[in-house]
Amino acid sequence: MKRRRNSGSVNSYLLRRPIQHWSPVFLLPMVAAFCIGFVWPFLQGLFLSFTKFKTTSKWSWVGIENYLKAFQDQSFRYSFGYTALYAFISLVLINVLAFMVAYALTQKIKGSNLFRTVFFMPNLIGGIVLGYIWSMIFDGLLSAYSTSILTNTTWGFWGLIILMCWQQIGYMMIIYIAGLQAVPEDMLEAAKIDGANRWQTLIKVTIPNIMPSITICMFLTLTNGFKLFDQNLALTGGLPYIINPDGTTVHTTEMLALNIYNTFYGQNVNSRGVAQAKAVLFFILVATIGLLQLRSTRKKEVQQ
Amino acid sequence: MKKTLAILLALVMVVTLFAGCNNNNPAPETKTGSVFWLNFKPESDEALKKLAAMYTEETGVPVEILTAASGTYNETLTAEMDKSNPPTLFVVGNQAAVSTWGEYCYDLTGTDIANELNTDAYMLYDENGKLCSIGYCYECYGIIVNTKLLQEAGYAADYITNFATLKEVAEDVHARANELGFDAFTSSGMDGSSSWRFTGHLINLEYYYESVDNPEAWKSCPAELTGAYMDNYRALYDLMVVNSATDRTALANGGFDAGAEFADGKALFYVNGSWEASGLADKGMNADDLAMIPYYCGVEGEEKAGLNCGTENYWAVNAEASEENIKATLDFMKWVVTDPEASRIAVDTFGVMPYKSAAESTNAFLADANDYLANGCYNMWWATNYQPNVDAYRAAVVSALNTYNADPTDANWATVVTAFIDGWSVQYKAANG
Repeated sequence: MKRRRNSGSVNSYLLRRPIQHWSPVFLLPMVAAFCIGFVWPFLQGLFLSFTKFKTTSKWSWVGIENYLKAFQDQSFRYSFGYTALYAFISLVLINVLAFMVAYALTQKIKGSNLFRTVFFMPNLIGGIVLGYIWSMIFDGLLSAYSTSILTNTTWGFWGLIILMCWQQIGYMMIIYIAGLQAVPEDMLEAAKIDGANRWQTLIKVTIPNIMPSITICMFLTLTNGFKLFDQNLALTGGLPYIINPDGTTVHTTEMLALNIYNTFYGQNVNSRGVAQAKAVLFFILVATIGLLQLRSTRKKEVQQ
Repeated sequence: MKKTLAILLALVMVVTLFAGCNNNNPAPETKTGSVFWLNFKPESDEALKKLAAMYTEETGVPVEILTAASGTYNETLTAEMDKSNPPTLFVVGNQAAVSTWGEYCYDLTGTDIANELNTDAYMLYDENGKLCSIGYCYECYGIIVNTKLLQEAGYAADYITNFATLKEVAEDVHARANELGFDAFTSSGMDGSSSWRFTGHLINLEYYYESVDNPEAWKSCPAELTGAYMDNYRALYDLMVVNSATDRTALANGGFDAGAEFADGKALFYVNGSWEASGLADKGMNADDLAMIPYYCGVEGEEKAGLNCGTENYWAVNAEASEENIKATLDFMKWVVTDPEASRIAVDTFGVMPYKSAAESTNAFLADANDYLANGCYNMWWATNYQPNVDAYRAAVVSALNTYNADPTDANWATVVTAFIDGWSVQYKAANG
């Protein structure tokens, strides 16, 4: 997207100077909000992960002990594996399905605007509400077989996948539709004239042209998958547990964010520092995966 | 035009930025101090706000009531304690809470309010002997019986005196449910809104009888349990979930309204506590038709069992509040338990308050509890208050009970026992390690 329409007027000295001059004033509210709402709590959280604390103002320094405990925690390792599996499967399913829907709805079929609206609507519902709605739907079905989503790990897993597909496909669909509509007509026409069939056009022309959309959608679904919390809490809350013979438990449908939350509040206050350390590790993990993924897909993007 | 718009937008951003900092506590810092009560019972929010308004009108001291959403008291307390205007009055309901929040507790020894107590049964001390919190009410729980329905089923109101008779009545009523138009027990949903009746209250029978066998070990939180009375718990739990209109496999999902089932006369028994009295009255039940019986579970000598009486309602005063606010808070507490009108409202909300000049209780269930004691029955004290890492502990038990309800085999019961007994040791270590 390097096209510059009317570039002369935007770059004109007369216009540029006041913008440069006054830009800090306009940036200030957002920068302040970002610092207050993100940078400061983030730094505080980082600091607290090296301490033992009850409230954020009462702490004592313990060094890396919290991180050692976090790594030793079996439930944390389990939820990491579970989350990774979930994120991978939801990434594939959501993107494939969203692309298919977007492709179908750009074929000039009747009522496509209505369909787009309907598919997008699940996004307008909050995660907790969605989780409870779907738990009612699943349990309504499963009660016919005298069982519940809360008693089976596999159902809990696929239930969450179905829920998230339902919620996110509409959102990703909008991004894909925008991408599909930006594919230049002349390229599609040229392909047609050259004798490419529909499939070849899709693979060789359309998909390379919508790589930016694919990048952003994959980034969003991957990080959403790792950060998932509300829906996880409302749908299963980590149930069922495996009760080991020694009395320890594994929360079989507990994802990373919920594991951190449960460590922070479900246990003794001594584990708050550990939960904070887990949260820092969690941030590093999500940031790394997100950046790696962005870099690898960016390479495949083409310039129009 | 655009310029105006840009300025306007920038202004909106700035304003919204500071909206978050807006403190919704209007209480101005005056010399008389102010009171800020972090309440943990959503059901008493309305009555407390009424008390607060009364007190402010009478004395001019501002009183703010903040009620934590159901089940999130711990989260709310953690967040509120960090703010520049923390609660001056909060709840420290058991020994575990004392070890967490003890350093925030003002020593109540010798204060006017502590001297108003008519018993020393409801005082929590830290290891240094500091009086951290004092009970402001106590409660009792057991099995609520609709005596009118019991008579309709052909039994005298005082027929049930032990597990054998309870079982006989429950199984008979369940068998004739279609004919009678009501079943034995209300639903026993295992979702968060109802599972505490079984993982927190019913289990008290197990802990209690263990403590009778070994009182020394139960002077403080025991590191491990013996599980000697798990079979009794199982017998009573099974009786409740089998002899009910709700299929036990549906319990995991929850979403039932046991209180409404009971108030509508659809069930004879309802496992709950004295705090339900006003709710049941609001739903149109007559107090004369209600009685509460102990957890009969087949333990020898249980004909002499009484109700489970105790409390988690302990007041603590924030030691880090300013001196004026501490004084204002202590004065407010004293007013609540001594002022005739105020203590009337408080007692009607809380059931009964163990203070010398508080109003008389009108709660029928607490009257039942006292009748049992007057007849020489033993009080089953709340050993359940010792549950270590209570939320994590109970969540594991709920999971095990769900598996057991889906398939009630001995093997699945063994898992329930593991969750209750070994889970205790695990959480004890986690909490004290």
